[in-house]
Amino acid sequence: MAKSSEAKPRASRNPELVKGVRKFSRSVMYGKRGLWAIKAKNGGKFPVHAKKAVVEAPKKPPKFYPADDIPKPLHKKKAAKKPTKLRASITPGTVLILLVGRFKGKRVVFLKQLESGLLLVTGPFKVNGVPLRRVNQAYVIATSTKMDISSVDVSKYSDAYFKKEKPKKKRGENEFFQTDEEKKELSAERKDDQKAVDGQLLAVIEKVPDLKSYISARFSLKSGMKPHELVF
Amino acid sequence: MSFRRFVEIGRICLVNYGEHYGKLVAIVDVVDQNRALVDAPDVTRQQISFNRLSLTDLKVDILRMPKKDTVKEAFVKGEVYQKWAGSAWGRKLEVRKKRAGLTDFDRFKIMTARMKRSYHVKRELAKMKKAAKA
Repeated sequence: MAKSSEAKPRASRNPELVKGVRKFSRSVMYGKRGLWAIKAKNGGKFPVHAKKAVVEAPKKPPKFYPADDIPKPLHKKKAAKKPTKLRASITPGTVLILLVGRFKGKRVVFLKQLESGLLLVTGPFKVNGVPLRRVNQAYVIATSTKMDISSVDVSKYSDAYFKKEKPKKKRGENEFFQTDEEKKELSAERKDDQKAVDGQLLAVIEKVPDLKSYISARFSLKSGMKPHELVF
Repeated sequence: MSFRRFVEIGRICLVNYGEHYGKLVAIVDVVDQNRALVDAPDVTRQQISFNRLSLTDLKVDILRMPKKDTVKEAFVKGEVYQKWAGSAWGRKLEVRKKRAGLTDFDRFKIMTARMKRSYHVKRELAKMKKAAKA
């Protein structure tokens, strides 16, 4: 402010006599300044201000660039992964049409969504040969045909259930020559699980006339069918 | 072969283009060679090109440029919608609409029904052929 700069400088109570020598000694000034009173008031100690948190000065950019490129890690992967949103048209019990893979065109029943976002489906196996299987919802058409599958117990199925056992690696030269791999037999547990789910599902399916033959039939486009205009 | 449907006051037309696609309107006035003034209970009175109209067999009994209420009455009196629903053309459109709304399961059911029908037809035909030969 302009005013304060114009004000006269306050005269010192301890004027300098000659350069470096002041009029009063240190101890006299101590008394004059009344520091003893302040000390007495605060129990023999000077009051202390709490230290301000030191704000670190922003780092200056280096004056020189490094001659060589130092690889910088790219942005870190985001920790939180959003759960996959299930399409509104897919609810447990919806009949889906598979679009890719070896079961393309098959109509299957949607059981539930797994933690990974994949859909748990089954043919049922007995009806059209599609086993308990995981599919991505992008590769599926949801139909408006729905059934009540509250009677089907699918609580035991998770992504871990479908985890494959890693084949043991054969070391050595033989690994290139021995190509005859043993054919994997499906475990009895899997077969039993499939049977259990099939049985429960079939009871539901057989209640609706024509539904069983509908599910066992493959979907395909015929001439004159316009997929963009179809209602599923 | 002579024409049987004419552009005339009271002729019912099907709109085949634009906002009012699929609606039935009555010709209320003829503006010029290309345009007519049309009106219907569910349409505001407006000009429309003849290109966008298909003439139907139906007609209502009105004079040129009647009041809106008169048009409404004429539609009721002439039983336009009932007659249209009963006509081959109207039924065809209705069926087309129904077909478009069918779900996958419905289409499947229809397919099986057709297969059953043709099975029976063929069987009966074979019987008759056999009888005719003998």
